[in-house]
Amino acid sequence: MKLQHVENIVDKHGSERGSLIAILSDIQSTYSYLPEEALRTVAQKTGKSLVDVYGVATFYRSFSLKPRGKHLCSVCVGTACHVRGSERVAHEFEQQLQVKPGNTTSDRQFTLEHVNCLGACALGPIVVVDGHYFSNVKTTEVKRIVGQAREGLDTVEVKTDQRVFPLDVSCPRCNHGLMDPENLVDGYPPIRVTISFERKHGWLLLSCLYGSFNSRSEHAIPLEATVHVFCPHCHAELSSATPCASCGATMVPMIVRQGGVLQVCSRHGCREHVLDLDGVNL
Amino acid sequence: MINLTINGIETTVDKGTTLLEAAQFLGLPIPTLCHMEGLTPYGACRLCVVEIGEGSRARLVTSCTYPAEEGLKVRTASRRVVKARKMILELLLASCPQSKVIQDLASAHEVRQQRFRQEYENCILCGRCVRMCEEQMMAKAIGFRGRGEQRSIGTPFDVKSEVCRTCGGCMYVCPACQLRCTYNEPERAICGGCANLSPPCIEKEKFKDMMCYMHPCVACEIVDR
Ligand code: FES
Ligand code: FES
Repeated sequence: MKLQHVENIVDKHGSERGSLIAILSDIQSTYSYLPEEALRTVAQKTGKSLVDVYGVATFYRSFSLKPRGKHLCSVCVGTACHVRGSERVAHEFEQQLQVKPGNTTSDRQFTLEHVNCLGACALGPIVVVDGHYFSNVKTTEVKRIVGQAREGLDTVEVKTDQRVFPLDVSCPRCNHGLMDPENLVDGYPPIRVTISFERKHGWLLLSCLYGSFNSRSEHAIPLEATVHVFCPHCHAELSSATPCASCGATMVPMIVRQGGVLQVCSRHGCREHVLDLDGVNL
Repeated sequence: MINLTINGIETTVDKGTTLLEAAQFLGLPIPTLCHMEGLTPYGACRLCVVEIGEGSRARLVTSCTYPAEEGLKVRTASRRVVKARKMILELLLASCPQSKVIQDLASAHEVRQQRFRQEYENCILCGRCVRMCEEQMMAKAIGFRGRGEQRSIGTPFDVKSEVCRTCGGCMYVCPACQLRCTYNEPERAICGGCANLSPPCIEKEKFKDMMCYMHPCVACEIVDR
């Protein structure tokens, strides 16, 4: 079944010489490394010899032949970062994670890696964890970065993050306010709407903080499922004409009291949301 | 047909002829290491450098890969070429001292010592074996892996290749493993003097009980002269 997936990837890209890197990077993003059988399958399917495939796979740093951990820590040891003391930072990471660069911790949580320049030399030493950049990293900060990564860097810290602010929205049909003062999500009164999906019907509380995706709902919504959203007052379905830019599901429009429109994607787990504050696009 | 001048001799060659072939046709010696008749030119060792062009535009190119051009002026043994060649040989000696082929080349070009940190690699990445395997044996069992410092030649995943027929062609053409001299750590060494080309035969004390299986020994030969 696994190899079927690899075969599909090969079919998608075709077997010309130039498509090998695209194939390998697709496989890498699926399995987070390049398994041996996958490389053999690629060689077979594309009619290339295994040495060639293996040569390319080992040539590029972004490909890994060993399974990687859940979080990838790349510490820049390039010239500029080195001068700014990245060696000590790199060493501290080794200490904190108890692994040597290029290896994965035994609990499969972290992979530590040295990179040679990330193109942000002026901000060095640079550390990238799961796609998040940390600049001017000092050895004393390493512990905090590792801790943050453990908790997941994608969850938004509502108390300290400057990009998060509360919104007050209303229904685009009846203009009735949608804020629910009786509940709290993220410490603020949430947006209350009615939803229906898979023959279930119930309420959904959305955090009113722009940038936070926390929510509560009567029924657990399966990930990736789309829901129909209704105004709890006029019962009109809230759906906009333009589909979500990243997943294609319907967007749910709401009027922002401060002036403007908020649109959120109706797919659970999709993080597309657009805030159009009278001309300012966020 | 292309007209060019090599070391002042005017000559005419077919289109597509490399400078190396043209020079060899005229009987001018150019040392080569990664080049091998029957294999595609690769240009890895840089030993075959020659100087082309004139004045400030003169530059060094590898003759095994450079095709003859109309009106080209080639010098195969100018001072610059000789200097570059010696440097390359020194570097090769520094990385792979036990290769008799390299030692012989070095002594033929009067390299008497090498000034770099001594390493004991067993491969100079000339790619002869890779091309042999692919082009003459039609197997493609070995290839280059990794890059930079980690670059190496071998089979995928370091396991025995299914397509390898153990023909031995790779070893046959390897300049580093044919006629291998042993290392120069005393326990394992036979003579080892050739590694740094400082004549061991003079410092008889240290190497007294050792015998040399290389005939002739490059190092000893230099001393004799
Ligand atoms: S050297 Fe670290 S970003 Fe360039
Ligand atoms: S012989 Fe020309 S580069 Fe090796």
